[in-house]
Amino acid sequence: MASITLENVSVSFPVYSASTRSLKNRLIQSATGGQIRADATSQRISVVQALQDINLSLQSGDRIGLVGHNGAGKTTLLRVLGGIYEPNSGRVAVKGSTVPLFDISLGMDQESTGYENIILRGLFLGLTRQQIKARMDEIADFTELGDFLSLPIRTYSAGMQMRLAFAVSTSVVPDILLLDEGIGAGDAAFLNKARERLQRFTERVSIIVLSSHSDELISNMCSKAVLMEHGRILCYGPTDEVLERYRVLRG
Amino acid sequence: MSTDLQPGDSPLISQLRQGLRRDQIARAVHDIGAGWQRRELWMTLALHDVRKRYRRSKLGPFWITLSMGVMVLALGLLYGQIFGQDLHDYLPFLAAGFVVWGLISAMINDGSQAFIDAEGMIRQLNAPVSIYAYRGLWSTLIAFAHNIWIFFAVALWFGVDLNWNLLWIPLAILVLLLNGLWMSLFFGLLSARFRDVPLIIGSVVQVLFFVTPVIWRPEMLPGRALMLHLNPFYHMVEIARAPMLGQPPELEHWLVVLAILFVGWAITLFFYSAYRWRIAYWV
Repeated sequence: MASITLENVSVSFPVYSASTRSLKNRLIQSATGGQIRADATSQRISVVQALQDINLSLQSGDRIGLVGHNGAGKTTLLRVLGGIYEPNSGRVAVKGSTVPLFDISLGMDQESTGYENIILRGLFLGLTRQQIKARMDEIADFTELGDFLSLPIRTYSAGMQMRLAFAVSTSVVPDILLLDEGIGAGDAAFLNKARERLQRFTERVSIIVLSSHSDELISNMCSKAVLMEHGRILCYGPTDEVLERYRVLRG
Repeated sequence: MSTDLQPGDSPLISQLRQGLRRDQIARAVHDIGAGWQRRELWMTLALHDVRKRYRRSKLGPFWITLSMGVMVLALGLLYGQIFGQDLHDYLPFLAAGFVVWGLISAMINDGSQAFIDAEGMIRQLNAPVSIYAYRGLWSTLIAFAHNIWIFFAVALWFGVDLNWNLLWIPLAILVLLLNGLWMSLFFGLLSARFRDVPLIIGSVVQVLFFVTPVIWRPEMLPGRALMLHLNPFYHMVEIARAPMLGQPPELEHWLVVLAILFVGWAITLFFYSAYRWRIAYWV
């Protein structure tokens, strides 16, 4: 049983300008720290409050869409769910294996062959080399890239690289899947095949959290949605209601 | 996790207090252990790093070997003349020292870049951050495995007495790598927050190369022996160089290096416990 619980989670980012990042300024500031200590924090570092008091509880079977303006905190929330950001305060409890698929071609090496990249990408997803080798044929078949798989992927077109990344990324079924802006893949003929695979893939995942600006994608995939604004959850409920509220909000 | 920031309290200081909290230490240790578990990933990444640098060149990674060879030969002939040394002894000494120094300096320099270079991955991959430190060490070790052949070539040419003391080399390398791991985690963390640190480290390492007896022999510095013995890098070089030249291990060097190992890890664990979770925010 996969589950995610967030309690009063807040995340704030210190914004370091080039000057606060340098050790010299830091040392000089420490030396004169006595005088400006009263408002030291506000002077030195501006803080962006990316998430504020987030409470969320997700169970197996949940398909959650995240909607909101740019900078509303959707991606930050996904990163907290994936364990990449540990929050400044609050509690995060995640049960189940989690795969964040923000960039499905993360870690692909342009100079390496298709086969090497399948292994590399699989290792990123948490598979062992042995497990990848066992799936190699199935993945290679699905990409329809044939002999190209023995060539460095810098010789591929963007669409071909996408096929490869897509095929590997959908070959591992995690308990919890975190998606940013969905997964796009290749040309029209491939798209049908991809959709089929994507559906089989997502059906087996326990929890999906998807952040997107496409209302269509959200209402197709998600049963519930979360509307975010300024790092807070504005409302959480059935997709239609939330999307309606979001439309009103946008004007 | 952390307490809320109090106004007027520097976040760095308030987080520092967490370094001694038991759950934070457990998390840091778990991160380092879980990073080791993902060794298939970082070994592959390191191999790709090395191969990428030499991709499509005729000699490939053997450029590492070749450039080390040219360096040793040129400096050996030059400094052998300047110092009035017998090349039969000096060249093997220089080759051994150079190869070991290459390992130590690369561990520190690459280590300080470990998290900065992995910026994109850290923000997208939910893997333990220690994998990026392991990755740097592994590519350093790959380079070392290419370099050490220069030493063996020189040693065979000049008939250095290669004896059973050679068996100390793997142990010495292992201890150096364990030192390298804390250095990578510690300096990597520091560099992620303060971007001048890798630049400072770069120039300090360069100076240390001349201060440490790599191109000169310890015996050439008779009056200032204290300066030599206070230099931790002298001891680190010596535990690996001595067995390469067929000399028995010396207790003093080993004790100092083991002391550095324990003190270094204690300091690193403290800072890693306090600030590990901030790395994703800093990079």
